[in-house]
Amino acid sequence: MKKTHSEHTLSNGLKILLKEIHTAPLVSSWVWYRVGSRDEVSGRTGISHWVEHMQFKGTPQFPASRLDRDISRDGGIWNAFTFMDWTTYLETMPADKIDLGLRLEADRMSNSLFDEKEVASERTVVISEREGNENEPFFLLSEAVQQAAFRVHPYHHEIIGDLVDLKSMSRDDLYRHYRSYYLPNNAIIGVAGDFKTSEMLARLRELFEPIPTGPLPPRLNNAEPAAKGEHRLTVEGPGETAFLDISYHAPAGSDPDFFPLTVLDSLLAGPSGLSIFGGGGLSNKTSRLYRALVEKEWAVGVGGSALTTIDPYLYSISITVHPDRIPEQVLAAFDAEVKRIQDEPVPAEEIGRAIKQARALFAYQNENITSQAAWLGHAEMFSNYDWFLTYLDKLSQVSPADIQATAQKYLRVQNRVVGTYIPNGAEAQA
Amino acid sequence: MSKQQQSFPGPDNITRITIPNGITILVRSNFNSPSVVIAGNLACGSLFDTDEKSGLADFTALGLMRGTKTRSFQQIFDALESVGAALSFGAGAHSTGFSGRSLIEDMPLMLNLLADVLRHPVFPAEQIERLRAQFLTSLAERAQDTGEMASITFDQIIYKGHPYARPEDGWTETIRAIQLDDLANFHQRCYGPRGMVIALVGAIEPKTAIDQVTAALGDWANPDQMTLPALPALKPIKKVTTRKVKIPGKSQADLIIGATGPYRKDPDYIADTLGNSVLGQFGLGGRIGNVVREKSGLAYYANSNLNAGIGPGSWSVNAGVNPANIEKARDLICKEIARFVEKAITPEELADSQSNFIGRLPLSLESNSGVANALLNIERYDLGLDYYRRYPEMVRSVTPEMVLTAARKYLDPERLAIAIAGP
Repeated sequence: MKKTHSEHTLSNGLKILLKEIHTAPLVSSWVWYRVGSRDEVSGRTGISHWVEHMQFKGTPQFPASRLDRDISRDGGIWNAFTFMDWTTYLETMPADKIDLGLRLEADRMSNSLFDEKEVASERTVVISEREGNENEPFFLLSEAVQQAAFRVHPYHHEIIGDLVDLKSMSRDDLYRHYRSYYLPNNAIIGVAGDFKTSEMLARLRELFEPIPTGPLPPRLNNAEPAAKGEHRLTVEGPGETAFLDISYHAPAGSDPDFFPLTVLDSLLAGPSGLSIFGGGGLSNKTSRLYRALVEKEWAVGVGGSALTTIDPYLYSISITVHPDRIPEQVLAAFDAEVKRIQDEPVPAEEIGRAIKQARALFAYQNENITSQAAWLGHAEMFSNYDWFLTYLDKLSQVSPADIQATAQKYLRVQNRVVGTYIPNGAEAQA
Repeated sequence: MSKQQQSFPGPDNITRITIPNGITILVRSNFNSPSVVIAGNLACGSLFDTDEKSGLADFTALGLMRGTKTRSFQQIFDALESVGAALSFGAGAHSTGFSGRSLIEDMPLMLNLLADVLRHPVFPAEQIERLRAQFLTSLAERAQDTGEMASITFDQIIYKGHPYARPEDGWTETIRAIQLDDLANFHQRCYGPRGMVIALVGAIEPKTAIDQVTAALGDWANPDQMTLPALPALKPIKKVTTRKVKIPGKSQADLIIGATGPYRKDPDYIADTLGNSVLGQFGLGGRIGNVVREKSGLAYYANSNLNAGIGPGSWSVNAGVNPANIEKARDLICKEIARFVEKAITPEELADSQSNFIGRLPLSLESNSGVANALLNIERYDLGLDYYRRYPEMVRSVTPEMVLTAARKYLDPERLAIAIAGP
């Protein structure tokens, strides 16, 4: 892929990536902070996500009511996402209106109020968001699996946080977290769309360079000791459907092993675009696991997920168990398929197919300025933008031997947590 | 007209043609990305379903790709997935829709597959039974989903005695009752080129697109193709009607409050959508979001939704709340609805939403799929090829009084439907 972007660093340490795209009169701007749920100690779980919510509650210059109104009036979209490793804020707006989004982001990098009353009302909103998640069996299961997989590393808790912490954290806790991590030298801005680079850079400098730098907060990164054997767990809850979450400790996003893992995932569970917006919308009905599990009626659905994290996280396979089967049988069928990919070299054409799928997913993402802008900063969070630019080339270099070695190295029984959701059969009653 | 408006779909950049067997083709070129979106619909849907076999139209749509006279299920998906293409089907009340995308080099393959599964599906027994188990599992999951169950319950109240009261994906018993032959018969009676619409948006010249569609589907004929039955009249509810579905073990309840809404073709539709924006969409959920989420902290999501289609639509407020707060949220929402139909919205509120509607057009028309949806809407509701060019003016011409008059036609605080699903 040709280099079409530019990189700059302001005197206060803020890094900027700009990419001109003139296909539509739109600009998308993303501000990324190096803070997420992995930076939370016990008692403060969920604080990064809650801080993200508070960033929509106003500054002296942009009170809560105005923020929202001004962006929406201009036909923009704005949103924010909190991940384990990062928190990001985006605005996509008509090109002649993006200045508002930029001013807003510069302002709330240091001036958010965290008003006591707003904290109180947002507490119940966040708790409500968690309760909504708890309605989903798969959330309950993956929360338990994640917690079992990480005893030492702070990837052990869900981004939303634990209820007990959401009930007890104070306004001062939130504000302290905000002021510690929301610093220009701990942030990146990626802007893509219909602008001139020199003008955009000048404007960003004007808005963001006056924001004072601060001491960089240390990040929690206790390495997780190697697992000493398979861990199995069950979660019981309402419903009629059983699920399996089979999660293997996996390489970090910047690890060279991540590329063969991506191809391996594509072969096993179907292609995925790795964008922060998720899958990419391709079906997986010819993937190995679909053929072995769904076509053989062990399961009614299967999916895989490899995430581009800073530290090693999990490669997870999720399976919806067929109503006539028990999870143990399904796991045995799954294991047979894993053994096959470990024992037999993959035909080169299967890899070629995965590359073509990845190329198509890239083309679809490029229809959209927001997703192109997202990659500028996203890739910097766990690696650098070059990772994104060379992604397709790296995939093309993956050999059948690499796939086999990756499967042997990571998809070991001793390296995994197997979670089973056992439905207690409760039915809806009118 | 602004430069921006000229970039929207319009008569000068949409090609529209109806070929002799009744298929309408709409094309818009976009050479910014080497890909194409192919989307459309056929004039058959769940209105053909019976109560005993509700879900048949959807089951049939999902069964199309399970095998044809010349291709097995695995061959169909191997062809698609090998090139990173996607194609899927689903049934609504009035139509069966399809949507697909591929790299532009694979467009002939896509059209070929589309034509094959539409014209020659064989519904192989083994595959259909497998699909049935998947279908039944998704219904079991639906029964556990508070949002979905509240929505089904809401429709049962406002559309009582009307086919819209039936969920398009049916019920466990009805999906079990459907026989293999039912799928083939449904396909034979209801699928055909008459009334079919296909939109193609992407890196292709209109003439090439039309030639390729014509080659794939131009000789399709079905003399038996039935016409959808007319909709019966809808009896409006006469008093506030509440219905609860109990789903034990859940942490959150879903609440839906509202009434029937406009037809898409109603002249007051744009005033309704602007009113809906003020009520529960603008910014973080309009007045409803402000009262229920921002001020009271009662819900993670609280907003209003207006659905308008060929028949009577719906207008509702939806919120996900802690089970202990259902009554509180319900009272707040009912109060807001009452205020909304008592007094006109302010000129400022209207101006905010007008500005949002006009300002967001470039974003909604940015991607190929966004444009394809726009073309299908133009065709389905006969909006005219210049609709998106005229749209800003239509939005600007709405007044607060027009919104009030329109809203009063549908939302009556004394005749609201209230559906709740939760523990």
